[in-house]
Amino acid sequence: MKSGQTIADLDLHAYADQQLDRARRAEVEDYLAHHPEAMAQIQEIRRLDQALHSLFDPVLTEPMPTTIQLPWIKKRVLLRAAAVVAWVGLGTVLGWGLNNLVGFVSSAPMEAQLVRPAAFAHVIYTAEIVHPVEIGAEEEQHLIEWLSKRLRTPIRAPDLAASGYNLVGGRLLPSTDRMAAQFMYENTLGQRVTLYMRRGAWDNHATAFRYSQSRGVGVFYWIDGPLGYALSAELEKAELLKLAVLIHPQVKP
Amino acid sequence: MEQLEQLITEQIPRLRRYARALIRGDHSRADDLVQDCLERAWTRWHLWRRGSDMRAWLFTIMHNLYVNDVRRYRNGPSFVSLEHEHHDIPGDGADTDEALVLEELHAALATLPLDQRSILLMVSLEGMGYAQVAKITGVPVGTVMSRLFRARQHLRKILSAPIPGQVG
Repeated sequence: MKSGQTIADLDLHAYADQQLDRARRAEVEDYLAHHPEAMAQIQEIRRLDQALHSLFDPVLTEPMPTTIQLPWIKKRVLLRAAAVVAWVGLGTVLGWGLNNLVGFVSSAPMEAQLVRPAAFAHVIYTAEIVHPVEIGAEEEQHLIEWLSKRLRTPIRAPDLAASGYNLVGGRLLPSTDRMAAQFMYENTLGQRVTLYMRRGAWDNHATAFRYSQSRGVGVFYWIDGPLGYALSAELEKAELLKLAVLIHPQVKP
Repeated sequence: MEQLEQLITEQIPRLRRYARALIRGDHSRADDLVQDCLERAWTRWHLWRRGSDMRAWLFTIMHNLYVNDVRRYRNGPSFVSLEHEHHDIPGDGADTDEALVLEELHAALATLPLDQRSILLMVSLEGMGYAQVAKITGVPVGTVMSRLFRARQHLRKILSAPIPGQVG
């Protein structure tokens, strides 16, 4: 096809939309050089495109509304909440039975006072869409001061940005016989991890990391000084360990 | 599976922009459509061919959801008075003429037949090729081109002033 021949409106649109192959594009460009009214039409199409972008591009950078729920997170949380409720229930029955049969079991306090309440608090609050935390990360200073005061020991919210998790906020919780604090973190995929801490019968001890897992909720826990710490998430053990290693030095008393 | 979740998540801002442009009025209706699309995609993830275009797949799902149940996502009449949507207009109001034209364009979009509006938005806003839009909407490429042409003609006629702006 020779240049200047049969350039139709549809060709101009296809040119503006970059839908022509190289040969046809050259023909249209040649035509445009000699037909200013066609060039004006192209520019009108481009201005319309730009106007649509001006109108709707702001949506791209809006924060994700809380009404949109990622279906994979919703489903997992429901399944795991059920699993953990069963787990906690069974643990309570067994713990009660053991305590009555053989008296005090040394590993029991950490399991009963730290791990199970932490895992339970994790599934309860990570499932929350509207109120995941009591005080948000934007008031971090206030959150830290308040929780330190209530737990009667200085506590810190570790920085997990290196692993892609940002602080959502935290809350004060009743635990078995004391108060506990929970910090929640979230990554861009909406995956959440929680760090739970409280005092206990283990005051001023230190332990290595221990791991406990039930139906998808993994917990790394340790004691360091006055506080016991439990990190919970629906993550592979290796992934969770990386986070625990990142947290441990930051919360050291 | 991790990868699939990430691929879907990455497309959410684009899905929201498209839904917002497609459905005039209550923003929550647009997000309802996005939510339904995510749910549908998640229950049918096995239909997605690994390595294929995630955006095209999600837009196909969203297009079908909307076309098959337009009434569900439409909040009352398709026309909403302009006063309700001032917050949609970007900028600080300094350039009032441009803001007014944009506002008028926003209203004019709603007067386009659905099959023209969706094609215009996929090409103009999403920058999709004609062949891809044809596949998503299930019509021949020639039909995509003629509907796109008619959509732009219609907007041109309905706007009281040409759209301002510098383009190369």
